[in-house]
Amino acid sequence: MLDWLYALWPGLETSVGLLSLQPPGWGGNLLRGAWASLQIAIGAFALGLLIGTAGALGKLHGGPVTRDLLAVYTVVVRAVPELILILILYYAGTDLLNQALRALGQRPVEISGVVAGIAVLGIVQGAYATEVLRGAIQSVPRGQHEAARAYGMGPVQIFRRVTIPAMLPLALPGLSNLWLIATKDTALLAIVGFSELTLETRQAAGSTRAHFTFFLAAGALYLVMTLLSGRIFGWIEARYRRGQAAQ
Amino acid sequence: MNRQRIAQEVFVPHRIVMVAVALGLVLWAALAMRWDWIPRYFDLAVQGIWRTLWLLALSCLIGFALAVPLGLAQAAGPRVLAAPARAFCTVIRGTPLLLQLWLIYFGVGSLFPQFPWIRESELWPYLRQAWPYALLALSLSFAGYEGEVMRGAFKSVAGGQLEAARSMGMGRFAIFRRIWFPQALQRALPTLGGETVLQLKATPLVATITVIEIYAVSSRVRQDTFIIYEPLLLLAVIYMVIAGLLALGFKLLEQRFNRGMLG
Repeated sequence: MLDWLYALWPGLETSVGLLSLQPPGWGGNLLRGAWASLQIAIGAFALGLLIGTAGALGKLHGGPVTRDLLAVYTVVVRAVPELILILILYYAGTDLLNQALRALGQRPVEISGVVAGIAVLGIVQGAYATEVLRGAIQSVPRGQHEAARAYGMGPVQIFRRVTIPAMLPLALPGLSNLWLIATKDTALLAIVGFSELTLETRQAAGSTRAHFTFFLAAGALYLVMTLLSGRIFGWIEARYRRGQAAQ
Repeated sequence: MNRQRIAQEVFVPHRIVMVAVALGLVLWAALAMRWDWIPRYFDLAVQGIWRTLWLLALSCLIGFALAVPLGLAQAAGPRVLAAPARAFCTVIRGTPLLLQLWLIYFGVGSLFPQFPWIRESELWPYLRQAWPYALLALSLSFAGYEGEVMRGAFKSVAGGQLEAARSMGMGRFAIFRRIWFPQALQRALPTLGGETVLQLKATPLVATITVIEIYAVSSRVRQDTFIIYEPLLLLAVIYMVIAGLLALGFKLLEQRFNRGMLG
């Protein structure tokens, strides 16, 4: 069926063979790697959102000490390369956990790559999310907040029913950017030896010497992820902007 | 006046306590941790920092030089130019830099030795080293991100100004050089400062293709001496200092560019 195409482009048949999903081909490994990357990205983004919400509220309503500590957190994380933070947090995290376990009389454990990846990238994402959410919450007019309080809403209810819906359209562009950073930062875990998409690709490319085939295929997989999620975020943003005056 | 304000902000009770705690931590780190490896690796570390800095500076310059036409093509170019420029920016921004770096080094780099005329050319001694590939990958990445920034900046300059310049009889190039580009640059400058710090944070990736910059030096200390935390902590401090200096430099640059502008 594809013979005419193979005749035109001699290298294509070998490439397709190398990428096939069955064992002589490496397509299955690539897809498994992509799935691992996606899991870590989703987990890290969710954890980042949690830390970011707490951080933003702490920066806006916390006491002086909380505010200063949060400032240190966001400045440090945003100035130090992710790769180094990953290494520090990875080594320190496993070290501390095992010391704690030893103190409790338990045997040391090997931390799973997925959990470590999510925790580390989540802490990095949290710093950026703190800034994005703080900016968005700040730009909700005070009057809306006061009006809600005048209606007798409690702080939790105000946050859930006034602040979040009002700030989301402002925060979504920043959050969608953060999600893209999360998907791309998963590639850094390849350096600490975790088998996500980039490391799987490098192993496949290294053992077959077909560098172009595999790196381009992995690039296409990443692009599919980022473009698709761009669409989804655009759709969510349009939904949340309904009823807002055009800007 | 300014000094007074700084003094007022620092000498608050809780800040004094926090500074004391921070100093205590630094003192503890200096005394209790192992730093005896520093003299042995000092020369290597200085070389590493130097390599990081020039990789950063050159890749930002080359990347920005590419980003201006990329942004211009997207903001005002005909479709034949705008579409490829947009595709380039999308691909660069949609895939991890590590993957681009490995594609260029392992993929493109492995093609060259096949051609005898390349091996005999003057460029071959450079193409055998890793840093040209690192510089290429970093520059293309910066160009991709900044192309998008410059697109927005070029678009944000009011059309009336360009029309006014045209009616004054300025040529296309003069309009670009004297009206369009300076204003776009002024608007893009805060973003560019942030992006330069991001670029700094991307440079350690080149250690994976055997370029010995400062991160690679710290990895070597770790492998040679089995000391884990100390090199990484010092490395984090070095990057924070460089990032701080970059932020300061861009702030001064912004002040210079904003002279004579309305607040």
